[in-house]
Amino acid sequence: MIQLEHLGKTYRSASGEVEALRDVNLTIRDGEIFGVIGLSGAGKSTLVRCINLLERPTEGKVIIDGRDITTLPRKELLALRRNIGMIFQGFHLLEQRTVLGNVSFPLEISGTPRAKALDRCRELLQLVGLSDKENVYPSQLSGGQKQRVAIARALATNPRYLLCDEATSALDPNTTRSILELLKQINRDLGVTIVIITHEMKVIDRICDRVAVIDHSQIAEEGRVADVFADPRSQIARELILPQERKALETTGGRRLRLIFGGAASRQPIISRLSLECQAPVNILFADTREYEGTVFGHMIVELPNDERDAERIIAWLNTNDVQWEEEKANV
Amino acid sequence: MSEMFFKLWANGLIQKGVWETVYMTALSTAFAYVLGLPLGVVLHVTDRSGIAPVGWLNKILGFVVNFFRSIPCIILMVAMIPVARFILGVSLGNGAVIVTLIIAAAPYVARMVESSLREVDSGVIEAAQSMGCTNWQIISRVLLPEARPSLIQGATISTVTILGYTALAATLGGTGLGQIAIIYGHQRSNGDIIWLCVVLMVVIVQLIQILGTYLVRKLDKRAR
Repeated sequence: MIQLEHLGKTYRSASGEVEALRDVNLTIRDGEIFGVIGLSGAGKSTLVRCINLLERPTEGKVIIDGRDITTLPRKELLALRRNIGMIFQGFHLLEQRTVLGNVSFPLEISGTPRAKALDRCRELLQLVGLSDKENVYPSQLSGGQKQRVAIARALATNPRYLLCDEATSALDPNTTRSILELLKQINRDLGVTIVIITHEMKVIDRICDRVAVIDHSQIAEEGRVADVFADPRSQIARELILPQERKALETTGGRRLRLIFGGAASRQPIISRLSLECQAPVNILFADTREYEGTVFGHMIVELPNDERDAERIIAWLNTNDVQWEEEKANV
Repeated sequence: MSEMFFKLWANGLIQKGVWETVYMTALSTAFAYVLGLPLGVVLHVTDRSGIAPVGWLNKILGFVVNFFRSIPCIILMVAMIPVARFILGVSLGNGAVIVTLIIAAAPYVARMVESSLREVDSGVIEAAQSMGCTNWQIISRVLLPEARPSLIQGATISTVTILGYTALAATLGGTGLGQIAIIYGHQRSNGDIIWLCVVLMVVIVQLIQILGTYLVRKLDKRAR
């Protein structure tokens, strides 16, 4: 278990002070995939680096498995880091070593016997699907393959925790998906607790159990992903999760409703039933739905017909069919 | 070709000059690295952005290196004669030349090493730290191996520079192609001897460069 208590980090330089983290309190439970989402500059990279003390917090405690690691002597800290793997946006592989050399690196520095290390590396390369690339150098690999090597390397010492700092941000959507699948598999099969830092909603969406939203150096909101997605409370979470209606299509000037789907309603063909039963057309301006753990959450912005009676009939239909809606202001 | 040329050739003086230049260069470069490599590493790691920042040490070493680097080589070599006498007991000859060359070249080498190390991606260092590497492991297993191609490239440049310095060594009674060019060529007005020395120096430089480039290409595992 990782507990952050009243964590604060202030960078002091000649040009003044910058507060990167303020009073952060988080608990990351064993076995979960915990996401931290925020815009760039929100402090999320500093946050993840405080977990393995690549950055020293200026206030508060980092408690891992019951021990406050901020007071550990350096030697014990180095040993502890072998229990916390880390992967990065830029992969950070050793360019002058082969794939095998990279994966065996953490084992070399921890003094694992060669033969044992080799077995472990082969096992890991198989896990990440790169058994055939053992003797290839990183420059010959694609981005996704490099991240797989980095993951294998991070897992070499059998860590209980894996920190991912924007691990998929440099990858294309398909590769992102396959890397996230791999992380999920590692979490499930090896029981590794994973902390994911990202600015991409889809990453949280796809694999995280719980999420913390960070904004201006503080945790704005925290909870189960399904809960936060269904009902984002903080301004920043709404901005990150709800569709950006400014991108909506141009309209004919009618009233606009935002229909909110949470759970079962999304499985029904609401719009077509609405049109058929009300005998009136609606114009879909924007739709965005996400599936999470088998239920669908989503928002749709529709424009009602200009005819007043048609519009009233549609609203009545929505009410009788328990579709949650709210009126959108014009010219948003 | 002048008579002098054949005379020097027949006496084996030119061949000897080439050999002397080569071994003075090789020995000076090797020892300049013995001093300059650790110095460059210390300069890099104690820097504010390094893995073990030690401000005062970095400032002092930086000042010393800059101090030696700002003195023209020939003056530094003359100034270092007492040092050579202290170490070797002699102040003239190739031994003294090598000692002064090492002192003149080591700060230069240190800066070359420092700039090669700076090319190593700081993210790779961070990754190594996240794995629990000690600073020594980072230096020996990450910084130096990752910078290897650049270090070799730097060594090629340093060697060529030091080769140039050896020609100045004639002033201190050193031998080699520089001495032949000055004594037999310049002082006795044999233009072709000077040119011969120039050509031989160019050939040596070319060979060093070819070897260096070959090694870099062979050892660099990036972009292949």
